[in-house]
Amino acid sequence: MLTTRGFFGRRPSPDEAVRLPPGQYKENGFPVLSAGPTPKIDTKDWKFTLKVGPRPVKSWTWEAFNALPQTKMHRDIHCVTKWSKFDTNWAGVTIEAILADAGLGAPTGYTLAHSFDGYTTNVPFKDLTGEQGMVATSYEGQPIAPDHGGPARLFVPHLYFWKSAKWVNALQFTERDEAGFWELRGYHIYGDPWKEQRFTGD
Amino acid sequence: MDAVPGAKLVWQEATVARIVEETPAVKSFFLKVPEWRGFMAGQHVDVRLSAPDGYQAQRSYSIGSAPESDEVELVIEKLDDGEVSPFFHDVVQAGDAIEMRGPIGGHFTWGKRDNGPLLLVGGGSGVVPMMSILRHRMNVAPEVPAVLVYSVRHYADIIFREELFARAEKDPNFHLVLTVTRDPPADARVRSGRIDASLITDVLGYFGGAKPAHTYVCGANAFVDVASRLLLDIGVPFPTIKTERYGGDPARDAAAPVPGA
Repeated sequence: MLTTRGFFGRRPSPDEAVRLPPGQYKENGFPVLSAGPTPKIDTKDWKFTLKVGPRPVKSWTWEAFNALPQTKMHRDIHCVTKWSKFDTNWAGVTIEAILADAGLGAPTGYTLAHSFDGYTTNVPFKDLTGEQGMVATSYEGQPIAPDHGGPARLFVPHLYFWKSAKWVNALQFTERDEAGFWELRGYHIYGDPWKEQRFTGD
Repeated sequence: MDAVPGAKLVWQEATVARIVEETPAVKSFFLKVPEWRGFMAGQHVDVRLSAPDGYQAQRSYSIGSAPESDEVELVIEKLDDGEVSPFFHDVVQAGDAIEMRGPIGGHFTWGKRDNGPLLLVGGGSGVVPMMSILRHRMNVAPEVPAVLVYSVRHYADIIFREELFARAEKDPNFHLVLTVTRDPPADARVRSGRIDASLITDVLGYFGGAKPAHTYVCGANAFVDVASRLLLDIGVPFPTIKTERYGGDPARDAAAPVPGA
């Protein structure tokens, strides 16, 4: 490691420091980042589909999806662009609840989330279980704003936040771990912030 | 050129060769990078600063230079409350070593094989990756039609001003639409006011009725939202629009883009 001449930096408080993965800083706002324009999605047109390989297994309308059992999660989130945001509150439907409603066990060990705008990201199935992940439909007690991924986004906060796909409309079980949009463009296949897995090979 | 998946991005020591003041709040840092494997126009890098006790801060910055240049130009806006950008502005000198790795970002990029026409829309320091794309286009495919729409608050905030005017004058395939939102117009080459539907309509006129093949929009989130919505409303196809939003509380240093949140 090179010591940078003249750099002393700002330190987070000890309480904050233990919650910040390496290379991250605490952000109080909620920045928006995405690869393209924000799509306009009316909940009347919203549909979420569960797929096994190429085969659609079950789809839900907005009303049917919101009738599934609801789960709340209170978590810190970590963006690969270096900011972390503490104590965010989300609610939605766990993948276990989605599978149960479809009458399915986990068909494979890997998933690929798909979004209305064509975005994809891969998450191992085990990372979506045990209240580690869900399809979120509310943020801080309100509908998720369109630029933050509403009506619904994947929420997998123990991985870098690009894994929490905005505007999600399908979860596909895949035989192998298939790289998604950013994973094909130089970002890490798994993305654990605590191991600082930002880019391929990290 | 990079964006090759599979190759690990290693931290390396770059040397600051020279520093150029672009505007009162923006400086360019020209870096010599020992093992640089090239990049695609539009990409960015991560820099890492280390204090004597081991504390480190990392930030992302867009590259303004063309891939053909032998120095990597990082263009950094000073944000007074930031941790990293004031350090660059107030402390860093030519000859200093800075750790960096990259290039990063395989989406907001342009290369010759992508062809055109190109529409580049930048707000404030969002012009930086556009400059890399424009300079690269001039080097490798000057026949590709390109329009840069560039919005800044004040005339004095125009990064690369003289170079842009010179390129617009010399290059028949390049049009510059520069607009200043908070000053009265002081220069006949500059429009006044925010980007709106009539400006976008005028801009599309440069493409002779066709739509741009690739549109790149970069700037603060609100700017990107407004600009991309105007483009969609006038019929620019959704999949042809790439965006980069300068994330982060503007009071911090988030200077460049990526996937995410």
